[in-house]
Amino acid sequence: MGEVIVVTSGKGGVGKTTTTANLGTGFALMGKKVVLVDADIGLRNLDVVMGLENRIVYDLVDVTEGNCRLKQALIRDKRYETLYLLPAAQTRDKTAVSPDQMRQLCQDLVQEFDYVIIDCPAGIEQGFKNAIAGADRAVIVTTPEVSAVRDADRIIGLLESEGKSNPKLIVNRIRPKMVKKGDMMDIDDIIEILAVDLLGIIPEDEYIVISTNRGEPAITNPVSLASTAYKNIVRRLMGENVPLMSLETNDGFFGKIKKILGM
Amino acid sequence: MLDMIMKMFGKESAGSKDIAKERLRLVLVHDRVNVSPQFMEVLKDDMIKVISNYMEINEKEMEVNLTNTNSSVALVANIPVQRMKRGAQKD
Repeated sequence: MGEVIVVTSGKGGVGKTTTTANLGTGFALMGKKVVLVDADIGLRNLDVVMGLENRIVYDLVDVTEGNCRLKQALIRDKRYETLYLLPAAQTRDKTAVSPDQMRQLCQDLVQEFDYVIIDCPAGIEQGFKNAIAGADRAVIVTTPEVSAVRDADRIIGLLESEGKSNPKLIVNRIRPKMVKKGDMMDIDDIIEILAVDLLGIIPEDEYIVISTNRGEPAITNPVSLASTAYKNIVRRLMGENVPLMSLETNDGFFGKIKKILGM
Repeated sequence: MLDMIMKMFGKESAGSKDIAKERLRLVLVHDRVNVSPQFMEVLKDDMIKVISNYMEINEKEMEVNLTNTNSSVALVANIPVQRMKRGAQKD
């Protein structure tokens, strides 16, 4: 019997889909059987981020409406033995699915998989309610910006009122240099304001753009900073105690010299 | 003066994160005020329980509300007291 994790944020564009793709691939790399569920009906994207857009035959709505069996709609990722995707429907809208149907779907999936990861759409309407309905726990993605943290706060409140307490926070797209200069809110600021547990931090990383262009999650890259950050988060979700990664930057040429001289 | 020179070179004085933090704090104060009526009822019941240990109050006329000002939120309670309870007073 597995676990259902929803990745949510309120605000769009903070990295939910990227996070879902990377965590899912990360679990698969650890030998776990994982299915990623795209709950963003009408605006599916997880298939593209995963590079599986050409393999879709059936989708989530086909399953809930009984047009196909669940197994027929699951796309197996050929690169990783134990990784599957259940794509969203593109030509329907959020009302095509109900929270009860999502709950049932999650119950069916956890029989087969160690982890069911749901990519939640932005917003707080029906799509959000569908996505969280069957989840055992929630991961909230935010960025160090006023708007994103504000929306995260709202989502935390809504999750609580739906009986999903104790969500975990991922702070995405941190720029260590800007934090150091005092021009970006740091982790402590955000955690203090939101009063939730921190699951991990992900530095801004150009490699994310490159990997999304290619349709292969960044976590498979051995040197990318974001990859290391995602790997740490995967291990934490599996119950390991992994310290936060250091965001010390090398401050260019003079910084390096200072370090060498011990200044 | 230094500030102006820095601005001429396109550099704002450092520390915009403090501005962000303060703006976020204020915006959340207001967002979080929108609590459900059930929440206010539970709070009211708990207040009645505690206060009733010390005095008799008129529960029907009691009013508990959150009010907004520009920079803060206040919990305003108007609780008509009918009588003090003797035993509860400590010297």
